[in-house]
Amino acid sequence: MQGVLDPQGPVSAAERLILLNATAIMLVVVVPVILMTLAFAWWYRASNTRAAYAPDWAYSGKIELVVWSIPAMVVMLLAGVTWIGAHQLDPRAPLQAPGAKGGAPLKIEVVSLDWKWLFIYPDQKVASVNELVLPAGVPVQFMLTSATVMSAFFVPQLGSQIYTMPGMTTHLSLLASRPGDYPGLSSHFNGNGFSDMHFMVHALPPAQFQAWLAKTETQTGGEAGVASGGATGAVPGRELDVAAFEKLAQSGNHVSVQTYGSIAPGLFDHILKTSAPAVPTGVDR
Amino acid sequence: MGKLTWSAIPFNNPLQMGASALIVVGAIGVFILITRKGWWPYLWREWLTSVDHKRIGVMYVLLALVLLCRGFIDALMMRSQQAMAAGGAMGYLPPEHYDQIFSAHGTIMIFFMAMPFMIGLMNFVVPLQLGVRDVAFPVLNAVSFWLTASGALLVNLSLIVGNFARTGWLAYPPLSEIQFSPDVGVDYYLWSLQISGVGTLLAGINLVTTILKVRAPGMSYMRMPIFCWTALASNLLIVAAFPILTATFGMLLLDRYVGMHFFTNDGGGNPMLYFNLIWAWGHPEVYILILPAFGIFSEVIGTFAGKAIFGYRSMVLATMAICILSFMVWLHHFFTMGAGANVNAFFGIMTMIIAVPTGVKIFNWLFTLYRGRIRYEVPVCWAVGFMVTFTIGGLTGVLLAVPPADFVLHNSLFLVAHFHNVIIGGVLFGGMAGYNYWFPKAFGFTLDRRLGLVSFWCWLIGFYLAFMPLYALGLLGMTRRMQHYANTSWQPFLIVAEVGAGVILIGIIATLAQLIVSIRSRDRRRDLTGDPWNGRTLEWSTASPPPSYNFAVLPKVQSLDAFWFAKEDGLTGPPATYVPIEVPANSPNGFVTAFFAVVLGFALIWHIWWMAVLGLVCALLTLLAFGWIERSEVEISSEQLKADDRARPARTGFA
Repeated sequence: MQGVLDPQGPVSAAERLILLNATAIMLVVVVPVILMTLAFAWWYRASNTRAAYAPDWAYSGKIELVVWSIPAMVVMLLAGVTWIGAHQLDPRAPLQAPGAKGGAPLKIEVVSLDWKWLFIYPDQKVASVNELVLPAGVPVQFMLTSATVMSAFFVPQLGSQIYTMPGMTTHLSLLASRPGDYPGLSSHFNGNGFSDMHFMVHALPPAQFQAWLAKTETQTGGEAGVASGGATGAVPGRELDVAAFEKLAQSGNHVSVQTYGSIAPGLFDHILKTSAPAVPTGVDR
Repeated sequence: MGKLTWSAIPFNNPLQMGASALIVVGAIGVFILITRKGWWPYLWREWLTSVDHKRIGVMYVLLALVLLCRGFIDALMMRSQQAMAAGGAMGYLPPEHYDQIFSAHGTIMIFFMAMPFMIGLMNFVVPLQLGVRDVAFPVLNAVSFWLTASGALLVNLSLIVGNFARTGWLAYPPLSEIQFSPDVGVDYYLWSLQISGVGTLLAGINLVTTILKVRAPGMSYMRMPIFCWTALASNLLIVAAFPILTATFGMLLLDRYVGMHFFTNDGGGNPMLYFNLIWAWGHPEVYILILPAFGIFSEVIGTFAGKAIFGYRSMVLATMAICILSFMVWLHHFFTMGAGANVNAFFGIMTMIIAVPTGVKIFNWLFTLYRGRIRYEVPVCWAVGFMVTFTIGGLTGVLLAVPPADFVLHNSLFLVAHFHNVIIGGVLFGGMAGYNYWFPKAFGFTLDRRLGLVSFWCWLIGFYLAFMPLYALGLLGMTRRMQHYANTSWQPFLIVAEVGAGVILIGIIATLAQLIVSIRSRDRRRDLTGDPWNGRTLEWSTASPPPSYNFAVLPKVQSLDAFWFAKEDGLTGPPATYVPIEVPANSPNGFVTAFFAVVLGFALIWHIWWMAVLGLVCALLTLLAFGWIERSEVEISSEQLKADDRARPARTGFA
């Protein structure tokens, strides 16, 4: 199903619960209202001679009290759900790892580009494009920005989306409970290549994640993606420095999965401070 | 000629060329027809230069119906594209064309369909309901309408010369900045909305002034029909919110034209500022649209249930509460921007609080139906359809107001389904109810009931078929504005949605057929009483169509639903004496000013500076010149009034 009703992490699971709870609370009122509307509309039709007719009846203090109280009480209940939910699921609040293991969260820096995603692993000093590889069961702290127009980072099965904005950082914590492949996308329209700006999240068991890291670090070039079967368009010298980043930023959409074995220190900060990134040349906006 | 060259005309795009050719040929055809029939003097005298609020109201609604067709063609194209472009398929619209279509669809449907529909109905009805002869500033009213029409013209011109914005209907920066959208599309968007926005603001000032200052003797605030109250709330919102829109677009224009940095990535600009500003206008805007629709439903339900509206005071209170609260919720349009939990929770809860007065309204309509005697004419069908549909839309709206739920639903097709649910189920259904309800007042004959019902059922069923699948797709993780998508399991839902759009198409055709059939059989459908529905409010007390001065003698209002109680008490005959009336004379001011506004807008879009100066100077000179005209009123003598009034074939009016 792959949607927000098929959560694969604690954030998305909590969000689905709130979605269902809030819907149930409202249905308690909405279903009777719809049924009453249909019933009244049917029964009080002009052709029904058995129906009462009270043309001047236009006020009842008791009914007024009820009609103001019912929505007010529903809203009070929902307001409680909202206040608690907004705080518990604040995108930047850190997540706890399940169980007692409680490893340190993994940091990933996300950069939206025209029209692709760059994922930088600052502590592991690797990076990938259009493929996000995570260890399952480990909290991930994302720091996000954009090197072009605004976009939004969203993996429906993992939960909360968040905008990426040039010159600014947003924060998001997510966790994949189980290994698996979860589609991700840009959920904010950002130009002609928008529809192709999706990526796959591969949540791996921790040991396999370490193996992926090791493979990515040693790889001198080409495709080291989990999903990629072979290498096409291999580029040697896979360090992601400023020049390589500029080249990547200019490369339009339809970029296949790529990885970088090392990254220039402070690249994310550089991207943040370069608030006027070059417009992709040769790319039809 | 600035940036304008022959390459601006999309010769290489057969689809766009076809549409352009259709528009041009259609326009030439209409021009030739009018010329050959010799209708120009009539059109000029009775419509183009009219300052009568009823004529202007009718023209607004006509504009809305024409632009509904344009916006709907865009919708059909989008639905077809998404029904096709699954898996590896790319559909028939390339992104640069598809992106223009969804941007134009949203812009047209909000600014040039929903707005003129509601403003047109308010313009037509409010002075009649207040028992007065015109709005406060009749000539300004004409200027307002023609400026709105200018904006609509410019948007459609972009189809033929140049292109339209590819940024979505709110043109978010930085995408809409010159760096990322260097062509004229965003300029078409900005200038057409700047010009029509001035018109809307002037219309708002006019109606607020009318309701506050120009009412029949005895028409105190608490005797005003609900529709006048909702019109007051809606126009107060226009007056408060539209300057924000104009200023926001003004800043974006400064960014684009003179290299400023309000919302740019560099130079200290910040696009978040634009998000806040545009929604500080944008959220009141949805209430500007829905409040008049609420008023229409109140009138329609009261009339056809044969009952006074239940809980009048509650309704007034709820209307004004919505009016004020609507300014305190704008941030719910971007919960996912990373504001803190406190901020998100505050705006989420404020949003839910609006559901309280809205819920009260639903209940009050429900209790108006209770112990009523409902005559199922077309308007009340739209009203009942609205009550069911809008309740569902309200539920999904409150759901989106819960920040954690919005974190997974924002910008998805669930959101798209929600706002279509409330705008079609609320505003459009309201517009159609009002159109069917007040048409006989405007033209003196009723619309065909059978075709009206066909239209209603097609819209209702078509709406559910078209948008329920989109709710499901939103939950499945499909985001909006996708030109193609890889996930083929979404395709069946989108095919059902396209079938729904097809059913709505039948509904639109039925509406047009209803109009044509009714006009052709108008002699059979004449309503000579002026009161075809056994109405409650003052507009039904005068002739249909009403004379230019509305009421020969201003009614003296003694209660709510004044006309209903006057009928109960027994109507008095025509008055013994008549006092001469001065009515404003026709003025080409609005039409001419708007013509130069189009010249100005077109010149600015294409950077043709000499033409821009010419357009601006001429527009200002026109306004100035007409300000000097001394004979601006025409007197209708008491003999004339008496003759007109006594000639009414059936009389239900009261003195």
